[in-house]
Amino acid sequence: MALYSDKVMDHFMNPRNVGSIENADGIGEVGNAKCGDIMKIYLQIEDNIIKDVKFETFGCGSAIASSSMATEMIKGKSVDQALELTNKAVVEALDGLPEHKLHCSVLAEEAIKSALKDYYDKNGIEYDKALFCDHETCECCGE
Amino acid sequence: MMQIYADNAATTKMSRTAIDAMLPYMETFYGNPSSLHTVGQQAAEALAKARETVASLLGCEAREIYFTSGGSEADNQAIISAARIGAKKGKKHIISTAFEHHAVLHTLEKLRKEGFDIELLDVHANGMISAQQVADAIREDTCLVTIMYANNEIGSILPIPEIGAVCKEKGVLFHTDAVQAAGHLHINVKEQNIDMLSLSAHKFHGPKGSGVLYARKGIPLTNIIEGGAQERGKRAGTENIPGIVGMAAAMKEACEHIDEDTKKVSALRDKLIAGLSKIPHSILNGDPVNRLPGNVNMCFEGVEGESLLLLLDRDGICASSGSACTSGSLDPSHVLLSIGRPHEIAHGSLRLSLCSWNTEEEIDYMLEAIPKVIEYLRSISPLWRDKVENRKEFILK
Repeated sequence: MALYSDKVMDHFMNPRNVGSIENADGIGEVGNAKCGDIMKIYLQIEDNIIKDVKFETFGCGSAIASSSMATEMIKGKSVDQALELTNKAVVEALDGLPEHKLHCSVLAEEAIKSALKDYYDKNGIEYDKALFCDHETCECCGE
Repeated sequence: MMQIYADNAATTKMSRTAIDAMLPYMETFYGNPSSLHTVGQQAAEALAKARETVASLLGCEAREIYFTSGGSEADNQAIISAARIGAKKGKKHIISTAFEHHAVLHTLEKLRKEGFDIELLDVHANGMISAQQVADAIREDTCLVTIMYANNEIGSILPIPEIGAVCKEKGVLFHTDAVQAAGHLHINVKEQNIDMLSLSAHKFHGPKGSGVLYARKGIPLTNIIEGGAQERGKRAGTENIPGIVGMAAAMKEACEHIDEDTKKVSALRDKLIAGLSKIPHSILNGDPVNRLPGNVNMCFEGVEGESLLLLLDRDGICASSGSACTSGSLDPSHVLLSIGRPHEIAHGSLRLSLCSWNTEEEIDYMLEAIPKVIEYLRSISPLWRDKVENRKEFILK
């Protein structure tokens, strides 16, 4: 289908890092069923490095592709580098997303941040709260 | 790989009969029916003949047939015309349903902004509206009842003759959007008390861009397109002769085969529904009995429709979904919401619409492929995992 780039279709058809991690160091879940997309990210972190990352996604083609690409982009990176991942970088790596699908890349960025926040919280690490999306007011669902 | 077209409610492949009927009107008889010369008059004859054909298939007179660019234009013109007639008498109440096509709903929304009182009847859980609901809703100032013949998404067939009878008794104009019904169900506008009806050629193996508005004589139509005197002065623009001729040929062919096609296609439909219903936590949308012969529409919990469609396309199956992601809006199908499906469930819908060219072999292939794709999508869905591991409740049993 011409709706999506070849990159998006590749990551949708052959998603990387699908699954879950037992006793993950950080878990983040964003989105909701009512809106039709939920992303869940599992992180395994050793010495401040993301040793492994897995995802589970309920959502459309671009949501699954965005999750796959985003996990690829942070795997092996430091926690600080992962925190710098933007939805824009995910979109670029996918060779673009249709306008009305851009929120899928935002969800991917937020899912990763949410998992990193969980890691910080679990380990009592101080962090700048402004770095993280406050889901009470975020517009994932247009509500 | 097998390629299966199961999206006939979106559009159909043209029949050989329709194509063969059209070609001479592009190559040989290409005149403008308004021209006095021979080439033009040949086209005018074809136009008159097509009008006779369509009229006889609908059970009306040729002068009651107006050719349009399709179902949407016909819906627009029927509703606007009835509203203008009503407004002159001070009647501004219009009755419709919550699950009409957007060609109807958006036109009604425009009228609402002009001060009309639009009442959308609630749809029952099985996708039906009763004639009693219509009777109860009609008021002194009701100028139009517009209710679809059969629903495009969930396939339910509404009690149109009964609704028509109620409207006739109360003296209210009755329009039906028969885009999904024409060529598939027996329609007779006189016997079924229909004042206005819309249909579209490409839903019954005719060409795209060609449709009909039937309006009972004596109903003054309002022009949507101004210009020349075509279509008794009610629809300007040089007639789409190849499209009109192709439509008439396709409609004749479809109507002549309604009974045998219904028998064949509904057997395929029922086999597909029975097979897909074995998938755990799934549900059929629409009425199981009063249903278009080719319509299958199901919801599968824990999967999202667009990703389902993309994977089915990979497997050679062309289908559609009422998921929000396929429409580009935030909300899933208004039809599925109207029959009470929660948003989450409506996102996981799949519509397969069959025609007489689909085969038993194709049904078997789909019954192999679809459950696998659903199982895969559920396996990567955090929502599904939450339900399986009892953190969230299943909505569908």
